[in-house]
Amino acid sequence: MLSRTADHLFWMARYTERAENTARMLDVNMQTSMLPQSEQDAEQGWRATLGISELQSAYDHKYGRFHTRDVLDFMVRDPNNPSSILACLTGARENARAVRGTLTTEVWEIQNATWLDMQKRLKSNLLETDPSAFFEWVKYRSHLSRGVTLGTMLKDEAIYFIRLGTFLERADNTARILDVKFHGARDTSKDITQRDFYYWAALLRSVSGFEIYRKVYRDVITPERVAELLMLRGDMPRSLLACMDDVVENLKHIRNDVSADTERFAGKLHAELKFGHIDDIMKAGLHHTLTEFLENIYELGNRVSRDFLVPLAA
Amino acid sequence: MTVLRHKSGHFLHTFGCAALARFLLSYSQTRLKGNHNMANFFNEMTADEVGTDSKVREHYREFNNWLEQQSPETIARKRAEADLTFRRVGITFAVYGDDAGTERLIPFDTIPRIIPAAEWAQMQTGLVQRVQALNMFIHDIYHEQNIIKAGIIPAEQIYKNAQYRPEMQGIAVASDIYAHIAGVDIVRAGQGEFYVLEDNLRVPSGVSYMLEDRKMMMRLFPELFARNRIAPVDHYPDMLLDNLRSVAPMGVDDPTVVVMTPGMYNSAYFEHAFLAQQMGVELVEGKDLFVNDNSVYMRTTRGPKRVDVIYRRVDDDFLDPLAFRSDSSLGVPGLLSVYRAGRVTLANAIGTGVADDKSIYPFVPDMIKFYLSQEPILNNVPTYQCRKAADLSYVLANLPKLVVKEVHGAGGYGMLVGPASSLAQIEDFRQRLLANPDGYIAQPTLALSACPTYVEAGIAPRHIDLRPFVLSGKTISMVPGGLTRVALGEGSLVVNSSQGGGTKDTWVLEATSAFAGEKTC
Repeated sequence: MLSRTADHLFWMARYTERAENTARMLDVNMQTSMLPQSEQDAEQGWRATLGISELQSAYDHKYGRFHTRDVLDFMVRDPNNPSSILACLTGARENARAVRGTLTTEVWEIQNATWLDMQKRLKSNLLETDPSAFFEWVKYRSHLSRGVTLGTMLKDEAIYFIRLGTFLERADNTARILDVKFHGARDTSKDITQRDFYYWAALLRSVSGFEIYRKVYRDVITPERVAELLMLRGDMPRSLLACMDDVVENLKHIRNDVSADTERFAGKLHAELKFGHIDDIMKAGLHHTLTEFLENIYELGNRVSRDFLVPLAA
Repeated sequence: MTVLRHKSGHFLHTFGCAALARFLLSYSQTRLKGNHNMANFFNEMTADEVGTDSKVREHYREFNNWLEQQSPETIARKRAEADLTFRRVGITFAVYGDDAGTERLIPFDTIPRIIPAAEWAQMQTGLVQRVQALNMFIHDIYHEQNIIKAGIIPAEQIYKNAQYRPEMQGIAVASDIYAHIAGVDIVRAGQGEFYVLEDNLRVPSGVSYMLEDRKMMMRLFPELFARNRIAPVDHYPDMLLDNLRSVAPMGVDDPTVVVMTPGMYNSAYFEHAFLAQQMGVELVEGKDLFVNDNSVYMRTTRGPKRVDVIYRRVDDDFLDPLAFRSDSSLGVPGLLSVYRAGRVTLANAIGTGVADDKSIYPFVPDMIKFYLSQEPILNNVPTYQCRKAADLSYVLANLPKLVVKEVHGAGGYGMLVGPASSLAQIEDFRQRLLANPDGYIAQPTLALSACPTYVEAGIAPRHIDLRPFVLSGKTISMVPGGLTRVALGEGSLVVNSSQGGGTKDTWVLEATSAFAGEKTC
């Protein structure tokens, strides 16, 4: 496969996944902001959301003051914010368009229809009147895009690069959400108050993990278990371990003459999660562990680019 | 006929709108004079005698019966459905300029252009003959130049032509084929005679619309396909791939074919991606290719892979910055040297533009006689070459009726549309002609045929042309029909490629005997 083609597929998947995660974060923050809380707390919540994507200064630079509506605008329809839903879905579609011949007709049509539909939805005032419906729609389109990819594409390199992009991005996003939310929590001890219950429940819901948590632990919600679920449980589809499972697997499929070192790098990262224990992680410091993980994911992305996507010998 | 030739960079155009633009212009120009009455044109569907338009031609009868049974609501709904589908599927072309980044649909008309089997058979024979002669001509002028030695075409007509590429002299290309894909524009005028308007031998486009229009018609009106024996066209990509593989460099058994595009912001990008996908080959940009050790490679996720045949949709000028325009980032440095060594095939070849240039056009019938010893089957539009004394005096005496153009002019610059010009303009041109007769040719203004088409007010006749796509390799082949383009505006003066006309599905009706033959199987 052409390196450029693989690059477009990889980024198409990353942008689709990123749009979904942005929608998830915003949605969960909409939910928690409805809880009784002080204005400072509410603002803190939205600021944390901006912090996840490292966008606080960009936001402040543009708006100067805090307002929920502005944050939503910035994160949803600001074309200059590379993490906004609009920018992500446009990026996904542009990348898909560049390789539409490699995609099945169905995959391309979903990407294109999503992009067309997004513009219509943003023109209507759906975001103002029913933001949750809009976020649901983004999630739904992402599900659809993943499903149609799996359901229609030949199992060859193209799909491996798409999957690789999806899981690298998801690993990155889950780690960020967890990091920021842990940082923002008032109390991460084992006994949490009822007030905090909603906080952690909301975090779980943002990664579709609330019901899973109940099923897995059959117990009250504790911050430590939330961290364990989102990091170390291989059966939780959005956990870091689950993502790394898929990253390692897909890397294996696209192996070439120069990629051994990258596989080793990913394998190590994977092993740390697979054989890690939450107690050790908490002892070492969750923030520290997640920061390191994010740096490694970033490095892994670079290595993938170097080995497969950036032109080889000229 | 007025002529707006493509400027440099064919590929920057919306699918070959030059011819369409031209007839839009000639149409609107005539209309300006107030003598454009649609009843005066050959009507593809109904008999052309004025006032007897109730008589439907035989090959349209079945369709017309069906159309009369359809309610306007059904048709309106279907047309909206077509629009929506084209947009979702992304069958759009990019718009340059003000609204850069926006994508437009090419209007699709649901009334097909129907061609009876016998007419098509005649056209097909004529196309094979014409394209064969053109390929022989291109080979000749880059080798022995017999046609010049025989005194049939003056040498300066070739050498002074900007499209003549001295780099190609003496270079052997696979199977001696230069124009592997030709889009020959055919119009119908007068009492229904066909004329070749121009031979597009560089990077003709539009074939994806031919295929998508058919797919759309089958989707919208399946019953029509049961009621008519319509020759299929869907196998075009297979024929194209077959053709491209057949012209691989010597000694390559299993050639790697790619489609080369200027990129996704090119107006015809949809077509490039479409053809690559349909053929199952890679769609590459210049930056995906590189030259090493006298071969062309593409950069893949598993390292370099050799490329043998490049179906390039990039103009000559942009192919190789080392050989042609050095400011081009679309090409592949060193490509020309590999090509000259016969280690890669370019389709179409470099330097085909000299054969579809308007200064060479008048010689095509002579080429056919010279190379094939045959009489031309398809008509040329009569062309007066002002460098000949007899032609010049005729042109000078008939300026108000003619279209005069500069031989090497481009983009409609330095052109006179007689019927639409003032006396002063005509006088001005007379002086120019007298000063430099060699620099001009002239043609009569043709009355193009029309086909019923949906317009805002209902169904009305609109002018059409036809672009069949002729594939040349080991053999010459084509799918029945081609792309029919229709000038939608009634007298629109905007002759802009991005606001060009629409398209129609083109039906070649199979002869009844074909079906009888099937029954005996």
